[in-house]
Amino acid sequence: MTELLKIQGLKTQFFTSAGTVKAVDGVTYDVEEGETVAVVGESGCGKSVTALSIMRLVAEPAGRVVDGNILFQGNDLLQLSEEEMRKIRGNNIAMVFQEPMTSLNPVLSIGLQLTETVQMHLGVDDAAARARAVELLGLVGMSDAERRLDQYPHHLSGGMRQRVMIAIALSCEPKLIIADEPTTALDVTIQAQILELMKNLTRDLGVAMIIITHNLGVVARYADRVNVMYAGKIIESGTAEDIYHNPKHPYTLALLKSVPRLDQPRGAKLDPVEGQPPDLARLDEGCSFRPRCRYATDACAASFPPTELIDGIHYSACFHKDKLDSPMKEAS
Amino acid sequence: MSAAADTTTAPGAAGESDFLQVNNLRMYFPVTEGILIQRKVAEVKAVDGISFTMHKGETLGLVGESGCGKTTTGRCILQLEKITSGEILYDGQNVAKLNKSALSEYRQKVQVIFQDPFSSLNPRMKIGEILAEPMRVHGIIPDARKRDERVMELLNICGLSTRFADRYPHEMSGGQRQRVGIARALSVNPEFIVCDEAVSALDVSIQAQVINLLEDLRDEFGLTYLFISHDLSVVRHICHRVAVMYLGNMVELATCDELFDNPIHPYTRALLDAVPIPDPTVESAREHKIVTGEIPSPMNPPPGCVFHPRCELAVDSCKQAVPEFREVKPNHWVACTEV
Ligand SMILES: Nc1ncnc2c1ncn2[C@@H]1O[C@H](COP(=O)(O)OP(=O)(O)OP(=O)(O)O)[C@@H](O)[C@H]1O
Ligand SMILES: Nc1ncnc2c1ncn2[C@@H]1O[C@H](COP(=O)(O)OP(=O)(O)O)[C@@H](O)[C@H]1O
Ligand code: SF4
Ligand code: SF4
Ligand SMILES: [Mg+2]
Ligand SMILES: [Mg+2]
Repeated sequence: MTELLKIQGLKTQFFTSAGTVKAVDGVTYDVEEGETVAVVGESGCGKSVTALSIMRLVAEPAGRVVDGNILFQGNDLLQLSEEEMRKIRGNNIAMVFQEPMTSLNPVLSIGLQLTETVQMHLGVDDAAARARAVELLGLVGMSDAERRLDQYPHHLSGGMRQRVMIAIALSCEPKLIIADEPTTALDVTIQAQILELMKNLTRDLGVAMIIITHNLGVVARYADRVNVMYAGKIIESGTAEDIYHNPKHPYTLALLKSVPRLDQPRGAKLDPVEGQPPDLARLDEGCSFRPRCRYATDACAASFPPTELIDGIHYSACFHKDKLDSPMKEAS
Repeated sequence: MSAAADTTTAPGAAGESDFLQVNNLRMYFPVTEGILIQRKVAEVKAVDGISFTMHKGETLGLVGESGCGKTTTGRCILQLEKITSGEILYDGQNVAKLNKSALSEYRQKVQVIFQDPFSSLNPRMKIGEILAEPMRVHGIIPDARKRDERVMELLNICGLSTRFADRYPHEMSGGQRQRVGIARALSVNPEFIVCDEAVSALDVSIQAQVINLLEDLRDEFGLTYLFISHDLSVVRHICHRVAVMYLGNMVELATCDELFDNPIHPYTRALLDAVPIPDPTVESAREHKIVTGEIPSPMNPPPGCVFHPRCELAVDSCKQAVPEFREVKPNHWVACTEV
């Protein structure tokens, strides 16, 4: 496989009255062509800002990429002119956002929003754009496609709005789709269909996908490779098997234990990760998971643990990664 | 016409007195056309004849596909919609026929927790004001100082530091805002809470905290929840019984264990198949039968069984005859002729 995207040491910060928010603090990962890479982590940990950094959509001057490289097909996106970057966004990388209601324009019809991007990309006339829009809506499983074109976002349920967003993303025939919590508010059959749709696209068209999600089931079903993010850093990464069967970071372990599972006995109380994620404007030099970590020792306060290889492509950043039990062992 | 119209006893838990009774509820929204003169050109059958009962202290899960009518059902119970037909009885009283003071009392007893903790909180009000406001409106605690004490107590109950009373919603995380939403619902001492995707927008670790909170509150205050969610793993964890909806109809209703261990309706089975399990080995061993076909428009639902265009078991008669919602086993109701 060929490397499509290579993120190296990415740092993105926001300069606020409360101090510098280190939203992305040294993120490194790769995406190969046609591969599905998951980024999981709690809200506010920097997943979306990483995605926005790739798209060069971080709102300046409040926020800025302060360090790192983002190589897309060998070219550093951070070095491109705004004009060149617009072409990348129109033709190569598409983004599906978390909140379809806020990313769709509430006062424009679905048809107008869809044909606009089709025309921008293909440069065809109104009738051809409308035909392509109907085709795209069909592709994402919308009934009454013709009639839908004249509807407005508020006429549609959440699932339908997300389908429209995906149709818009597909309209530019991208090489990489960055999907930020694309199915978070959707029910399962729609989630399964949409993810299956995206999975098939990645396979058939060779489109790579970065899927940002907090749903560990979705990750287990769809991702080739998983990056677990906490407080601006990737704290563990590896294949889905590595992460689920042999987690080597206390945060990953705690996440796995906090979700109810359909294939396990009912009734047990959930075991949440206590506390809140840290304020990214007030991080110290120690491990940022320390206040919530059951394995923390004094060493964890002194410096941030280095990212170390476990085996294969499995990495973890924890001083005590060898002391963790597997989730199965702990449960019994 | 849905077959549920023919059931004389609404499906509920055996031997329990009914706290909430929903009989053959229909909610149709008009679809209008025209700019100056609005003409009704069609109807969206958001809820098309559903019946169920709930007893006090029970948590009933309401699951189903986007647009199937879960939220609308909740809104009807909350008296936020003028229902098309059917009736909703709360403690034996028809809620559509309450007089002004009884309605105000009902609005206090029946509360809602929304999915989106951000848009449901007034951005210009401090958390303390957000929590005090419903108590003032409902005249629950007339004394302002006592109200403030109660605000602090509510923050504590919901696991929030009392410092948050002086903060604004945008200064809080999603999980914290959802706790404020829960605290606001609790502020007026409700009996019944519609939880509409109340934990869906939260991250897993925070979601587990809020689920535990909802369970603790249920036990402590004897609350009754209508738990609307698309997350079947969460529903299985928290609910006593589960109702499955599809295109405005109820297709299956059973106790939680029964529904997840022995799902009968083809749609319920498809739904369970679609839930990803957080384990790649389990996932790669599973057969993924993803229910195909488009979701029909509720403007123009299929005749007969509404699920027939997507159903593996469908036979010719499914295209005409509406399957009766029947009790196939004690307390296990299914709307399908072929099972
Ligand atoms: N005010 C309205 N006017 C017209 N149609 C409406 C209105 N409110 C809801 N609907 C339609 O009614 C159907 C049921 O809506 P509802 O919001 O109850 O679905 P839901 O199951 O909660 O969906 P989701 O999970 O996406 O929130 C949908 O087709 C929706 O588009
Ligand atoms: N425009 C902004 N101004 C200040 N801080 C921001 C801004 N956007 C994001 N942040 C902060 O950056 C961090 C990461 O945010 P984000 O990437 O959106 O998280 P998520 O993982 O939920 O996508 C958070 O602490 C957030 O508060
Ligand atoms: S380095 Fe220390 S605090 Fe951080 S995750 Fe490992 S054990 Fe916990
Ligand atoms: S009644 Fe027919 S179409 Fe409907 S669920 Fe049963 S078998 Fe399928
Ligand atoms: Mg985000
Ligand atoms: Mg809803």
